[in-house]
Amino acid sequence: MSSGGRTPVFLERRSYRRRRMMDALRLLPIVGVFLWMLPLFWPKAADGPATPETMAMSTAVIYVFVVWLALIGSALALWFFLRSSPDTGEDPTRGSR
Amino acid sequence: MASVNLLVGVSLIYVTFLFAIAFFAERAAARGRGGWLRSPLVYTLSLSIYCTAWTFYGAVGYAARSGMEFVTIYLGPSLVMIGWWWALRKLVRVGRVQRATSVADLISARFGKSNLLAIVVTVMAVIGVTPYIALQLQSVTLSLSIFAAPDAGGEVNQTIAAFWVAFGLAIFTVLFGTRNLNANERHDGVVIAIAVEAVVKLIALLAVGIFVVWGIAGGIGPMMERIDTSPIGTWDMDRSRWVALTALSAAAFLALPRMFQVMVVENEDERHLQIASWAFPLYLMLMSLFVVPIAVVGLDLMPAGANPDLFVLTVPLAEGRVGLATLSFLGGFSSATSMVIVATLALSTMVSNHVVMPVWLSARAEGAQVSGDVRNVVIVSRRVSILLIIGLGYLYYRFSGGGAALAAIGLISFVGVAQFLPAMFGGIFWRGATRWGALAGLVVGFAIWVFCSLLPSFGPGVVLSAGIFDNGLFGLGWLRPQALFGIEGIDPTVHAVAWSLTLNMTAFVAVSLVTFPGPLERLQGAQFVNVFDHSSQARGWDAARATSEDLMVMTQRILGAEEAQTLFRAESARQGLEGTLPEPTQGFLQTLEREMAASVGAATAHAMISQLVGGASVSVQDLMAVADESAQILEYSNQLEAKSRELTRTAGKLREANEKLTALSVQKDAFLSQISHELRTPMTSIRSFSEILRDTEGMVQVEKTRYASIIHGEAIRLTRLLDDLLDLSVLENGQVSLRYEAGNLTDLLEKAILTAQAGSTDKIEIRRRRVDEAVTLTSDLDRLGQVFINLITNAQKYCDADAPRLVISVQREGADLSVAFADNGTPIPAHARSLIFEKFARIGDQDGSGAGLGLAICREIMTRLGGDITHVPAASGNTFVVHLPRRAALAAQ
Repeated sequence: MSSGGRTPVFLERRSYRRRRMMDALRLLPIVGVFLWMLPLFWPKAADGPATPETMAMSTAVIYVFVVWLALIGSALALWFFLRSSPDTGEDPTRGSR
Repeated sequence: MASVNLLVGVSLIYVTFLFAIAFFAERAAARGRGGWLRSPLVYTLSLSIYCTAWTFYGAVGYAARSGMEFVTIYLGPSLVMIGWWWALRKLVRVGRVQRATSVADLISARFGKSNLLAIVVTVMAVIGVTPYIALQLQSVTLSLSIFAAPDAGGEVNQTIAAFWVAFGLAIFTVLFGTRNLNANERHDGVVIAIAVEAVVKLIALLAVGIFVVWGIAGGIGPMMERIDTSPIGTWDMDRSRWVALTALSAAAFLALPRMFQVMVVENEDERHLQIASWAFPLYLMLMSLFVVPIAVVGLDLMPAGANPDLFVLTVPLAEGRVGLATLSFLGGFSSATSMVIVATLALSTMVSNHVVMPVWLSARAEGAQVSGDVRNVVIVSRRVSILLIIGLGYLYYRFSGGGAALAAIGLISFVGVAQFLPAMFGGIFWRGATRWGALAGLVVGFAIWVFCSLLPSFGPGVVLSAGIFDNGLFGLGWLRPQALFGIEGIDPTVHAVAWSLTLNMTAFVAVSLVTFPGPLERLQGAQFVNVFDHSSQARGWDAARATSEDLMVMTQRILGAEEAQTLFRAESARQGLEGTLPEPTQGFLQTLEREMAASVGAATAHAMISQLVGGASVSVQDLMAVADESAQILEYSNQLEAKSRELTRTAGKLREANEKLTALSVQKDAFLSQISHELRTPMTSIRSFSEILRDTEGMVQVEKTRYASIIHGEAIRLTRLLDDLLDLSVLENGQVSLRYEAGNLTDLLEKAILTAQAGSTDKIEIRRRRVDEAVTLTSDLDRLGQVFINLITNAQKYCDADAPRLVISVQREGADLSVAFADNGTPIPAHARSLIFEKFARIGDQDGSGAGLGLAICREIMTRLGGDITHVPAASGNTFVVHLPRRAALAAQ
């Protein structure tokens, strides 16, 4: 965070919270990529006879959709928070650099 | 069982219903009551054209073939939307600020408005989307054939059916998309229609899914068991495809022309994007939710040879649910039509803006003079483009055989359009990207896509021979379409994605690094990359209209208050508005621009008006034109300034000349009055004394003699005066002829002193140094002598000292010779010194005998002789110095 120029070093609690929410918003797709790429590590039948028991399809379906719902829920919550928090005079989409 | 005719009837009613919605939506928008048309909900639903017949039919087929792999196509877009802050935010802002109308427009604008780039992107987009449109045709045709199959006549001829479907879709799109004559504006009607279709397809798929889970399987628990025992019951994922397809779908979501259309072009408010960031993944999630159950139940219920792409239809039909199957058909129909409409609209905008219009305008020498004319051409070219694009889709369907899985066709399209991504993202995130880099990347990526993905899709032996598949192009082993560079064993789709995008990016970056962008390119680059630094939330199109007050204020500044008011009043009267400001119509703005152009130049006027009206930032061309105009004006003003300086100088000279003339005239008047006075005085005395002589009786001789002497004296004075005048006139006119002779200065002075003192009563004492005078000189000695006589006579006459004395001294300084005559009388007062060499100038009035011409004559003589005479003021007395010319002095040596 820049501490020079017009940007204050310390922010009011609310703006601070808002900025951390922006950080969360930016991190969310990275979390999504990680969770959805996790099935790459799941064993499958073609890996050979020594592999542990393969994942059942129903588990896989539930996993993918639960992650999906969690991401949607987080995005919704972040949107709701950022929308209802007071405008600090700064473009809410911009955040800190 | 539903007949084909019934389905066609239902489809027609459905289409009419969509038309009605679109019509009322546009009417409402035209009346300004269309706020609800632009809500975040409609925006989100319009994004759902991502879900086409591929999703509706193909996803289930995909799941039946490859299990969970189908979901990658929805994971990518979900991640893009959830991560909207990273890329979409900037893309939407750039697109809105730059008023981009399509992907081609955006890329061309970023790289210096290069039309070449726009054409390349357009061609690539048309070719890339063609398989996708074929996919829609195939799905609708297949779904129709499902309903027809049990009928008496047997199989529907699929080729003919596909033709009629294509024809119907083309008509539908032409009517829908180009009904509106405002070809450049957004399509409120289309957007609302696709939103409705989005709801229809979601409801249809959910209905089939709920029926399958609760109606057939009997709840969630049994469904899960059924899934695990089905042929796709275990996790058996090709890992490279999982990654590559997720990335590919994310890329395609950003680069698909139709997605750009709904996401950027039709975007009303950037905040809608924030809502869509969770709402659209929710939609995708719901669309995918029942795909696996439907596939599993379909695999269970249907015979082994059934096409899994059609489970959504065949499962309800097999269960005797005709109503549900019809709803499902409508859902698939919605998916296909909405995709075809928006995709062809987006493509036809590109084709007509970047290919047809430039060609047409350059073919017509006079250019776009008539606006109505151009608009018609735009509409016609768009309609032709729509027919052409759908025709291409139909041809692809015919040649690919119509047998491939829907998802496989869709993926080919995805890889094709994903090639835009490096140029798009490079353009908005990297200032160093250049036009040639973008072109190189696009061409390389596209070529690899055609070779590795598009052409092989027709199968071996159709376009590419089996030999090429096995041995590579030209028999080169490393040029095999599914094993480039000899690396075998990669999945064909992953192979195409990996190589095309990698080499695309490599070419893009490498060429960008070694080329240098043009000025316009650099400027656009800065505007794109730093879009958040100099743009606030872009204004909507409606808000961008100029208010008449703004125009009035600006016009007054430029044309002046009175003229501006006259102009606006006239326009008000023309528009039928009394007493108010006129509406800023197109015609009025043009008039205004013309009027202002007369004052400030065309480019400046255009820039000013567009600042107010368009809200568009001034383009570089505008700025350059403004600069040109300013330079011209500056040059003109410099010229004016130079002329004005010249005039000032001339006027100064004229003033001087005039002053001189005036002075001369005054001098002449003074001279005339002086001379008449000088002549009059002796004349008067001559006349009066001659009258006395004539009239007086008995005058004694002595008196007679006295009077006669006076008359004689006056006559002599008169003669002398006339002689002097004549002399001066001759000298001044330069008519005098000089006689040069050599002589001795001593002799000359001697003679002059003798002459001056002859007949004079009170002689002045004269002192000389004869040693100095021993000089021989060459001059007109008579004239020089005259000068000396004059000076000596003057000294004699005016020296008022008790013992008048005149010192004559000769100085020789080098070659110069000067003779000084210094007396000891009263010095001439300072104010009179400048006048003593003028004609008739006399100091005081102590003696009336002189006419005041002597010194004037002396000066004229000395000027003629090439010398000079000056008066040197001294503490006591006056000194006149005669400078002799160098020639005379030289001769003297």
